Amino acid sequence: MKHRSLLLALTTLLLVGLLVSACGSAATKAPAATEAPAATEAPATEAPAATEAPATACEGDYVLVPKNLGNPYFDTANNGAQEAAKELGITVLYQGSATADATEQITLLNSLIAQQPCGLAISANDADALVPTGQAAMDANIPVVTWDSAIAPDGRTIHINQAILHDIGAIQIQMASELAGPDGGQIAILSATSTAPNQNAWIEVMKEELEKPEYANLELVEVVYGDDDDTKSYNEAQALFTKYPDLKVIIAPTTVGIAASARAVTDAELIGKVFVTGLGTPNQMREYVKNGAAPQFALWNPSDLGYLAVYAMHALANGEITAEAGQTFEAGKLGEYTIEDDPDLGLNVLLGLPFVYNAENIDDFNW
Amino acid sequence: MTQTPETQSASLIKEFAPRRSFLADFQRWEWLLVLLIVVVIVANTRLSPHFLDARNISRTSSDFMELGLMMLPMAFIIITTASVDLSVASNLGMCASFMGWLFMHGVNIWVAALAALALGTLAGFLNGNLVARLKLSPLVVTLGTYAFYRGVAYVLLGDQAARGYPKAFTYIGQGRIPGTLIPFSVALFVVLAIIFGLILHRTIFGRYTFSIGNNENATLYSGVPVARVKIILFTVSGFMAALAGLVLAARFGSTRPDIGTGLELAVITAAVLGGVDINGGRGTIVGTVLSLLLIGLMRFGMGLLNIQGQVQGIVIGLLLILSILLPNIAQQISSARGVRINWRSALISLGILAVFVLFFLFFFWSRAPVIAGG
Repeated sequence: MKHRSLLLALTTLLLVGLLVSACGSAATKAPAATEAPAATEAPATEAPAATEAPATACEGDYVLVPKNLGNPYFDTANNGAQEAAKELGITVLYQGSATADATEQITLLNSLIAQQPCGLAISANDADALVPTGQAAMDANIPVVTWDSAIAPDGRTIHINQAILHDIGAIQIQMASELAGPDGGQIAILSATSTAPNQNAWIEVMKEELEKPEYANLELVEVVYGDDDDTKSYNEAQALFTKYPDLKVIIAPTTVGIAASARAVTDAELIGKVFVTGLGTPNQMREYVKNGAAPQFALWNPSDLGYLAVYAMHALANGEITAEAGQTFEAGKLGEYTIEDDPDLGLNVLLGLPFVYNAENIDDFNW
Repeated sequence: MTQTPETQSASLIKEFAPRRSFLADFQRWEWLLVLLIVVVIVANTRLSPHFLDARNISRTSSDFMELGLMMLPMAFIIITTASVDLSVASNLGMCASFMGWLFMHGVNIWVAALAALALGTLAGFLNGNLVARLKLSPLVVTLGTYAFYRGVAYVLLGDQAARGYPKAFTYIGQGRIPGTLIPFSVALFVVLAIIFGLILHRTIFGRYTFSIGNNENATLYSGVPVARVKIILFTVSGFMAALAGLVLAARFGSTRPDIGTGLELAVITAAVLGGVDINGGRGTIVGTVLSLLLIGLMRFGMGLLNIQGQVQGIVIGLLLILSILLPNIAQQISSARGVRINWRSALISLGILAVFVLFFLFFFWSRAPVIAGG
C-alpha cells in the first residue's frame, strides 16, 4: 500500500512538474512569441527603403512532406526538391509518416511545426482533416504550400497543381497523332470503368480535340472499358485487334489499361503495327517503351513537382510573394510562374503541360 | 501484490509466504515507466530546444487522446478476458461516419453526436453479448466486428467526406480550456482516467474484473455475475470508442470513413506497455496513463529530432518487447533464492533482448546519415 501511494504521488508530481516547467518555459518564451510578428514585419518595413535589396532570408530548414515514406514516386519528387535546394542554397528536409494516413501525418506535422521551419510543402493524406493543422502552421508564421495532393484552401496558401484536365486530354491525342503518322488512321480508347469521372472527363476533351482540322485524319472507332482490371483490359485490347484489323493506336488513359494493352500488343506480335499510348508510370512502361509497343506516354514529372514546390515555399518564406492571385515568381530551370485563383482549387500554380516519357528519357526515372 | 486482505490472515500470510526480496518492490513496471519518462524528458530537453515548450506540448498532446480514451476500457477488457477488443478503431470509424452522415443530411450536430454515442454503445453491447452469452472468443468476435463496423463506415460515407462541423463542436477536438493551454480533450481524458482508475481499484466491480481475470470459474461459483460484467465492459468500450470518434472527428473538423484506421493496435500497445498483463488478472490505470505519457513524449521527442516514422515504430516495438521481457527476467532473478533458476528461459530472454538491442544499434548506425536528415 505504501508503495502504491508513493507511486501515485510521484506520478502526480511528474505530471504537475511537466506542466509547470512547460508553462514556465512558455512564460520565458512569451517575449519570443511577441517578437516573432515583429521579426516578420521587419523585412516588410525595410523593403520599401531598399527596393532592389533581396529580402532577408529565413534561416532554418524547409521541409518537404510526402504522403508516406518509401514510395518511389515521392522519392523522385524529393530528388527535384533537393536540386532546387542546392540552387537556392537552402536545406530541405524530407520527412514523412510511415504510412499514408492522416492521423500519423498530423502527428508528424505537429512535431515539424514545433521546430519552426521556414516552410512546409505537404502532399496531404486527407484534404479536410489536415485543415486545422495547416492553419496552426500558418498561425505560427510558417508558410504552407501543398503539392501532388492538396489540403482544402483554408489550410494552406498555394497548391502546386500537377496538371489540368484539358492538357491531359489534349496531350494524349497529340501523342496518338504522332504515332499514327502523317496518314492518320483508326484509333480506339481503352478506359477504366464507364463511370470513372476522371477518365470520362479526359475522353470528352479528346473527342473535342479530334474535331480540330489537324487531327481530321484520325478516326475514333470505339471506346472500350477494361474496368482497371488487368485481365479484362488485356482481353478488351485483343478484341480491338480482331475487330479493327487496321487499328493504328490504342489510347489508354489509365495506368492499368496502358500496361495491359502494351502487353497485348507485344504478345500478339503487333509491335510496329499497333501503338499504345496514354497515361502510365515509367517503371511499369519501361519494357514497352523499349520494345516499341508503347513508344511514348504521358504523365507529369514528380521531380519537377518537388522542384517547383521548393521554389514556391522559398518565395513565400522570403516575402517575394504573399500568396495572392496574379503574383509571379521565378522557379529556376522551370521559368516564371503566376499564382492563379480557381473556384474549386483555390490559389494554385500549374506545373505545366504533362510530361512525355519516351525512349530517350525513361531511364532517368525510377518510380 | 498490494491486494493483501486486511484480516487476521494477513499476519499468517506474512509469516508463511516467502519473504519478498527488496528487488520485488522495484519489480513494479510503473516504476520503470516513471524512470523512462524522466529519462525521455531529460534527454529530449537537452536534445531539442523546442521540447519543453508549452504550446508545442499542448498541440501535440491532443494527438494521443483518442488513443487514451480507448485505452482505458481496453485495460479492463484485457484484465478480465486476457483478450482484446479489436473492433474499437472500426467502431470509432463507424460512429464518426454515422455522425457525419447524419450531419450531412441536415441533423443538428449535437443530436448526431448523441446518436453516434448510442450507436457505439450498441455496437459494444453486441460485442459483449456475443462474448459473454454465446461464449465466443473475444478475439474472433471483435475480429469479425472489426471488419463489419469499418464496412458500415464505408457504406455510410463512401468516398465522400463529411465536413463543415460548427465551431462549438470542433472545440471538443481543437479547443483549449479557457485561460489555459490545456486542450479540452486532455482534460476530458484526465477526468475519465480518474473515474476508470477509481472503478478499477476502489470498487467491487473492479475487484470482479481482477477476480474473473485470475480465475473465471472460481469467480463464477462465488456468485459473481461474470457474463454481466463482461457485457458491461464491452459496452463501455463501445461507448468510449464512439466518444473517441467524436473527439477525432472534431480534431479533424471532418470525417472520412477511414478515420482512425489502425488505432486499435496502438491502443493495445499502450495498455500492455502500461503493465496490463496480456494473460489477464493484472494491471493498473496509473500504469496505462504513464505508458500513454511515455509513448506521447517519445513520439514527440523523436519527431522533433526528425527521426523517421518507421524508426519510431521500431523504438516503440522494442519498448513493448522489453515490457514483457524485463519483468520476466526480474522474476527469474528474484525467485532464484530457494528455487532453481530456469536458466534456459532466462538465457533465451536475455538472448532475444540482445538481438533486439544489436538490431537497434545496427539500424541507427547504418541509417545515421538518413536519420540526421542528410
